[in-house]
Amino acid sequence: MVPDSQENIEIEATGLSKHVTSSEGELAILSDFSCRVLGGETVAILGASGSGKSTLLGLLAGLDVPSAGRVIFRSEDLAQLDEDGRAALRGRHMGFVFQSFQLLPSLTALENVLLPLELAGVADADERARAALERVGLTPRLTHYPRQLSGGEQQRVAIARAFAPRPSILFADEPTGNLDAATGQRIIDLLFGLNAESGTTLVLVTHDATLAERCGRRLHLEGGRLKQ
Amino acid sequence: MSGDMTFALKQLRSAWRAGEIRVLLFALVLAVAAMTAVGFFADRIESALGRQGGMLLGGDLVVVSDRLLPEEFTAEAHKLGLRVAQTMEFPSMIMLGEEGRLAEIKAVSPTYPLRGRLTIADEPFGDARKADGVPAPGEIWIEPRLASLLGAKKGDALAVGERQLKVAAILQEEPARGGDMFSIAPRLMMNANDVASTGLIQYGSRVRYRLLLAGEPAALDEFRQWAQGRLERGSRIEDVSGARPEIRSALEKSRQFLGLASMASVILSMVAMSLAGLRYVRRHLDTCALMRCFGASQNRILQVFLVQAFVLGFAGSLLGCLFGFAAQEVLARLAGGLFLEKLPAPGWTPAFGGLLAGMAAMLGVMLPHLLRLRGVPALRILRKDLGENAVVSWLAWLPGIAVMLGLVFWSARDAKLGWIVLGGLVALLLVACAVAAGTGYLLRQVAATSGGTWRVGIANLLQRPGVGIAQVAGFSLGLMAMALLTIVRGDLLDNWHASLPPDAPNRFVINIQPSQMESMRQFFVQEQLAPPEIFPMVRGRLVAINDHPLDTGRYVDERARRLAEREWNLSVAETMQKDNRIVAGRWWTASERGQTLISLEEGIATTLGIKLGDRLTYDIGGQRIDLKIQSLRKVEWDSMRANFFAVTPPGVLEKFPASYITSFHLPAGREDVLNRLVRSQPNLTIIDVEAILAQLRGIMDRMTLAVEFVFAFCMLTGIAVLYAALSATQDERIREVAVLRVFGASRRQVRATVLVEFAGIGLLAGLVATIGASLLAWVISDRLLQIPYAFNPWLAMLTIGAGLLLVPAAAWLGVRRIVHVSPRQVLQSV
Ligand SMILES: Nc1ncnc2c1ncn2[C@@H]1O[C@H](COP(=O)(O)OP(=O)(O)O)[C@@H](O)[C@H]1O
Ligand SMILES: [Mg+2]
Repeated sequence: MVPDSQENIEIEATGLSKHVTSSEGELAILSDFSCRVLGGETVAILGASGSGKSTLLGLLAGLDVPSAGRVIFRSEDLAQLDEDGRAALRGRHMGFVFQSFQLLPSLTALENVLLPLELAGVADADERARAALERVGLTPRLTHYPRQLSGGEQQRVAIARAFAPRPSILFADEPTGNLDAATGQRIIDLLFGLNAESGTTLVLVTHDATLAERCGRRLHLEGGRLKQ
Repeated sequence: MSGDMTFALKQLRSAWRAGEIRVLLFALVLAVAAMTAVGFFADRIESALGRQGGMLLGGDLVVVSDRLLPEEFTAEAHKLGLRVAQTMEFPSMIMLGEEGRLAEIKAVSPTYPLRGRLTIADEPFGDARKADGVPAPGEIWIEPRLASLLGAKKGDALAVGERQLKVAAILQEEPARGGDMFSIAPRLMMNANDVASTGLIQYGSRVRYRLLLAGEPAALDEFRQWAQGRLERGSRIEDVSGARPEIRSALEKSRQFLGLASMASVILSMVAMSLAGLRYVRRHLDTCALMRCFGASQNRILQVFLVQAFVLGFAGSLLGCLFGFAAQEVLARLAGGLFLEKLPAPGWTPAFGGLLAGMAAMLGVMLPHLLRLRGVPALRILRKDLGENAVVSWLAWLPGIAVMLGLVFWSARDAKLGWIVLGGLVALLLVACAVAAGTGYLLRQVAATSGGTWRVGIANLLQRPGVGIAQVAGFSLGLMAMALLTIVRGDLLDNWHASLPPDAPNRFVINIQPSQMESMRQFFVQEQLAPPEIFPMVRGRLVAINDHPLDTGRYVDERARRLAEREWNLSVAETMQKDNRIVAGRWWTASERGQTLISLEEGIATTLGIKLGDRLTYDIGGQRIDLKIQSLRKVEWDSMRANFFAVTPPGVLEKFPASYITSFHLPAGREDVLNRLVRSQPNLTIIDVEAILAQLRGIMDRMTLAVEFVFAFCMLTGIAVLYAALSATQDERIREVAVLRVFGASRRQVRATVLVEFAGIGLLAGLVATIGASLLAWVISDRLLQIPYAFNPWLAMLTIGAGLLLVPAAAWLGVRRIVHVSPRQVLQSV
């Protein structure tokens, strides 16, 4: 291992597996997955629907615990932390963008962006949220509710929300999956633009090969296994 | 933490804007309003009834004594701000010329009576007016009975001891006297200042002194405590609970109904809150998952939602208290015309209690929900199904259940009632769960073989078994409480009205001799009055129980001693009176005629410590007779009919001298009949119970009003439960309807889906509610209110019908608007 890059390892996953037991018996969703993500890197996780991409993302972000293997995030072993410890880690370092936007319907665009900032107790939460929304071009829609926004606009709010707390790593699970091609393209431009500006590490899950092309590195999943 | 505070409040504000907490708040406001309104009102009614009862005593509290009470009693009463009056009662011969009669003299202080009123007239049974004060010194008022016995009229001077006192009026009505109304001599009322000069009270005279008190309940309580330790033997304190048994029993029933009703509204409201909370939680699962995703710890989530529950609880409780106060004020105003005296002002206790109870209810009910939110995994953000049907430990329900128990017993004001209803509830919930589970199984079978709308409707029911059971339980409870209250209210009111029909006997005639029986009958025929029921009455003393000579000293309770010492009125009956009920043993058969058996009233048997099968020895005019107790009877004293503590079969008492007693109804305006009766049969004594009847009717009218009001309030909480149960799955329903529309389902098909689902739920709930309500009503009527219960098939059909029709109709109303909106818009909004 190169000593100088050790400082810079964002995520190190080794031998990750995820099994679930169903009525049809044991089912392996993910088997023996290992990888390393360096700070500032952009990594795409590619694979067909059902290949285990979201499962992997959930494990890397500490949203779920693996059946076997371990994830080291910034020299912290996620398995050593409890649920709350992992949550705290997420709050400090991670941002998320989801396929289905995950905006809270009862909150306005601004309030949605404010949510993680207020949870983190950021002092100038309001300014930062407004700035983030301005960056994604939604200043005129601050007080609109998600149902009053188009899919693309909703995803822009979600992106603003993800970047506003200045995470060191961003997890995006098929951010364009629910959008038409043109809108999706604009969302992707925005995502990479912001990523470049802030130097955030990006882990992007997608089944879209052209989108994956824009990432520095690609990992292919097939039936829950890493395809070499 | 303060950051969390503002965060929680902001969340709450947006939840409010999104309409997510309206149902919850509504249920809470209603719960607290119900508790406080009923609490406030029951409080006021209770103190008003206390005063009403006080009218029978002449005061709120009475110290009765064989001796003149020490001066300090009056001083203490004055110190506590109580109003005071004194009376002395003693028997004495009264003379008019050569004619002498025994009278029961009552000498009263000028402030008498503190509660209730005296009415007087110029001639017997003449036009009555409210007396202004008491007899002036040198004057007396006498009862019609005494006037006719002596042949005295207004203006005559009667010899009372060493004084000649002038008859100033005929006394028509005085705060009713306690004790046995058949064995008291007629009343003569005089001024207390004249007593000394009559020379009637000397050492050894049998005088009953009474100190009457009236005022605020708190001061009365204080006085009671102060006096308790200072009472000598032969003194005791009486209050309303010692008033006439008929009135006591009517009061007791009303109080129980009020308790039942307020209990029902507490339970219903808490169930409504829990159901509304369920919806609130389901709507916030995603919020919590997101918060977890953004790094909030579990305890932080709990804190945020606790703050919200706390704020909601406080606001809702405050609002509820205001509404409750307003509601009871309106009612008190409505009732104002009916109450003789103004209702006493409401206390602060119900408001404070309501606030506290509301907060406790809110936090208790929300706790399991909040724990569910706390446990939502962050992964839910990726996998929607997680956290949806999370089960929290049953321990989490304990605080809520404890709060409910506490509130139930607090509002029941009667532990027995509380236990009955709780038992009923537990049984109902078990039945509801069993029925829901069993039906789930059945439906699965049906769904497998049917198609289209049926399958979707049924699938909806099966998909969320927890929510489904909660919904069925909620609907059942709501319907059950409504049905139960309808039954009990109807039974109670019917029973009251039946026990005091307009032609209830309002006059008793006693002292009828065997030789007068025939002429009495003819007199009634002549006067065109309904032939009266006539009962024989033999007087005797109880001298031994199971051959042990009666030792009245062993009765610590003074009432028991008095009961044991006085003369018993033994009566004879072949069949039991309709309003009596056997509680132990059995009534005699025709073949047991002439056997030395006796049937005793249950209460007196308990007081005297006598059991079924005991042998009682009576001394009747020097002869002894042994009677074996074959049955114990419950007597409805509030029926105001002639009733006897002790009854024997025919053929036992015939050899003893008997007199007869009758009761009959004298229509208003025919008081002249009484004069003719007394003139033709001068030895008869007529007792007028019209005044007691009027008081009894007054109490029942007021209680009817109270019962109706509280009933209406409970109906409102019932509706709240139904609404909350309905809205628990409103979001899902809207989404489903939208999805069905996307797939091209016609309006009719959509409607069928919703209707099938909720007709199923409603039918189940209606069935469970009917069974539950009937059983509970039976237990409550039979065990507690002691009124006969009859299953009402119409109400049962109505309840089931309501479940079957109203529930689906209301559910359809909730989603109807969705059908006209474009599905895309709908899907986006939920
Ligand atoms: N908890 C679970 N229980 C059963 N099956 C699961 C569970 N989690 C994931 N799966 C299954 O594992 C497979 C991979 O899922 P996912 O990671 O969501 O795939 P992708 O995101 O690549 O479409 C899918 O077939 C999914 O149904
Ligand atoms: Mg996926």
